[in-house]
Formats: sequence, C-alpha cells, structure tokens
Amino acid sequence: MFRPRVIPALLLSGRGLVKTVTFDHPRYVGDPINAARIFNSKGADELLLLDIRATLEQRGPPVGLIRQISDETFMPLAVGGGIRSVDDVRALLNAGAEKVVINTRAIENPGLIRDVADQFGSQSVIGSIDARRGRDGGYRVFTHHGSRRRKEDPVEVAGELEAMGVGEIMITSIDRDGTMEGFDLRLVRSVADAVSVPVIASGGAGSLDDLRKAIQEANASAVAAGSLFVYHGARRAVLISYPSRTEIESLLGEA
Amino acid sequence: MIVIVDYGMGNLRSIENKLHRLGAKSTISSDPKAVEGAEKLILPGVGSFDAGMRNLEVRGLLPALQQRAVVDGIPLLGICLGMHLMTHKSEEGNAKGLGWIAGETRRFDFSGQPKKLRVPHVGWNTLTRRGESLLLQGIPQDASFYFVHSYFVGRVDEADVVATTHYGVDFVSAIQHGNLYGSQFHPEKSHEGGFQLLKNFVESA
Repeated sequence: MFRPRVIPALLLSGRGLVKTVTFDHPRYVGDPINAARIFNSKGADELLLLDIRATLEQRGPPVGLIRQISDETFMPLAVGGGIRSVDDVRALLNAGAEKVVINTRAIENPGLIRDVADQFGSQSVIGSIDARRGRDGGYRVFTHHGSRRRKEDPVEVAGELEAMGVGEIMITSIDRDGTMEGFDLRLVRSVADAVSVPVIASGGAGSLDDLRKAIQEANASAVAAGSLFVYHGARRAVLISYPSRTEIESLLGEA
Repeated sequence: MIVIVDYGMGNLRSIENKLHRLGAKSTISSDPKAVEGAEKLILPGVGSFDAGMRNLEVRGLLPALQQRAVVDGIPLLGICLGMHLMTHKSEEGNAKGLGWIAGETRRFDFSGQPKKLRVPHVGWNTLTRRGESLLLQGIPQDASFYFVHSYFVGRVDEADVVATTHYGVDFVSAIQHGNLYGSQFHPEKSHEGGFQLLKNFVESA
C-alpha cells in the first residue's frame, strides 16, 4: 500500500539546526548529525535539510555535512539552500543526497531546473516555493528566504517549474512557518490542484491531524514538518519525535 | 569483490556505504577490467533509459557486463534504472536495452483514470510476493520500500516476477532471472527491509 510521506524538515544555519517563526527569529535547537541519527532510528520516511543562510551568503549547502549525514542514514535526503548550478547539484548528489531543493535560483531562472532534470532526472529535483498571503487574500511568492517579493503568485510559479521538469514541488507558507497553527490548506490546495507532480505541504504543522488534512483535504502528496517534530509542549522544549508507522498508516491511509 | 558499476548515473556512495556496513568488499568503478574481475555486480541508476545505455556503451562496459552477467552468470543486482536497462527497450527512448530479461519499460499513464495519481511514484510502498527469491528472505511481509520512478517494467515473464507493487496499477517491483536480480525500489534507502535485501545479495552464493 502506498503511503504519503511524512518528512522532518531541518533548517541549517551555520553548523547548527535552527527553528524559525515566519522565517524569522532563528532559535538553535541542536546538532544536525545527531538529529538526523535520531530521525533515522525512528524510521523517518525522508529528511529535508535546508541551509537557510546559503542563498544570502551566496554559497551552496555544506557538502561535507551532507556526506556525513548520508553515511549514517537509511532513508532519502533532500537538500537545499543556495543551489545555483548543475555543479552544485552534482556535488550534493555525489555526497549522498537523493534530491536537491531549489528555490530562489529556480524562480529567477527556471532554465536551471530544466538543466538539472536533463542531467540527473526529474526525480532529483524539488522546486520549492515560499509564499505569503497578501491583504487581498491572494498569495505572492518570495525568494531569498522570504526577503524579496516577486510579482508572481505560487500557482503561476508552480506551473512554470512543472513545465521545466521538476519531480516534485514544495509549497511553504511563510506566514504559518513555526506557528504550529496548521498548514495554509487553501494555499497548498491551489498549488496541488494546478500540477500533476507530487506536492509537499510545508509551514505550520502543529498536530498529526494537520498532516492528515494536508493530504486528504488539500491534495498534498507529502507533508513536511519542523516544529512538530522538534518541539514538545507549550514551552517548546527541544525533543525530537516522529510518529510510528502504525500511527502514520492509520492517520493517512491510502493516497 | 562486489563492483558497483559507475556509468555516471546514480548515487553510488550510498550503496557502497551500506555494503561497507555489511562487511562486504566493494568498489565503485567505471573500468571494464574491474567488471571483468568482479565476483558480483551492482548496476544502480537514476535517470533516463537512453542516457543509461549510451553511458554504458561510451565507457566500453557493455562487453564486460555481457560476459560476466550473461555468459559467466555471476550475481548481478539492478536497481531502479539498472533494472530497467536489463529489459529490451523503453517507451522513454529509442535505445535498445541490455535484453537480459524479457520485459519492456513503460511510463505510468493515469490519464484515462478517474483518480489521477501523481507521477513520479515517490514514497514508501509495500510488496506483494509472487515467487520465491533469496532477495526477500528474512524481510517481513509488510515491509515497505522507497520508490521514486516514472517508468516501470512490464511484460515480464511470470516466472521472473518476485514481487509486485500497487500504484494505480500493479507493476513489477522485484525480479529474478537466474543470477540476475532487480529491484525497482532503492534498497540502500529503505531502512531495514532494504538493508536486509542488500545483505541477502551480499551473502548469496
């Protein structure tokens, strides 16, 4: 039976893992290798590692760190942050990542997606879109880790990325990031209904039921969660958790 | 020595890493001489069928692979694209496959169906066992494996089908034809089930 993926999202800043709220106020939560080991031991479906300073610092993600994590884990790794070129992608795939996640550069130059897909296959690239909701209720895309607004809306960008050959699309609500108030289901659904590739919902997961809603009500094929798996309790103590396979199967059922 | 064939496609390091954990002697190589000297072979791969065949040819690997896998009959495991290449051809391109197993590679096409499933098939799925094979020994029936593919192998000889998987259609997810094994999923990225499969291959006679 096919089951939708539940993906812990780890944000890297420097050598440490951080958690943000609406893409701001990064708070150190631990060591990435240790966290990866724990998620691996809990049987996580996949791991998403995003270097949130990379684009702003004009570099790609830390290849050495990816290699270390890949060597210790038995599930796929999707790695992103500051990826600018086919060479950046090659380095990451050779280090052990299954897929790369490209956001800013893909939106500024969709041809990069096509080049990566041609070289390594569509399955090797996730197109990532970050969006904020405007006062008029519509959504706008932001790049550079939420700091630069684009004219386009997420559905337009999703269509372009699909046309260029992405294997999957990840849609993140900047407004919901770190709030644990639930995914922006309207945003997720608008993107999921506009493309035929798998869509990963991201930003705002606060409960296992939120994961279910994204899959069953917003047509996401997979869900990413950060705070939900890294924090525990009202005071947000750092504690890594991950649902058991039984929990996931009874929650998400068959896609 | 297990040789992991490097033909420029796929994440070889993960496979080598898992073999290393199993205590198996392995090396990654694109050299036909290494293939000729191998005791077992792994043919991994992600990417397109045509590029796969072209890359094998350009590196002069075809004769050595043919010799060891078909003539000498050493164990060979094809993973994902590696398994596709063992068939005769693919809808994806024009190249002829290795033709070692009866089968054709086809694309998932859900356009006519009411429930439009997404392509590629990405995620964890289970196997329905059809035939006996050492590949799946010691692996629980409900084990799941990581898949990521838009193409699958069809028109396979029933005798070669070890397991099928359901994603809109039932497709072949594991095969065995004598000394030739294939898995559509990625054992190197499938937690315990995948690791056990690699162990079974490493420990096979």
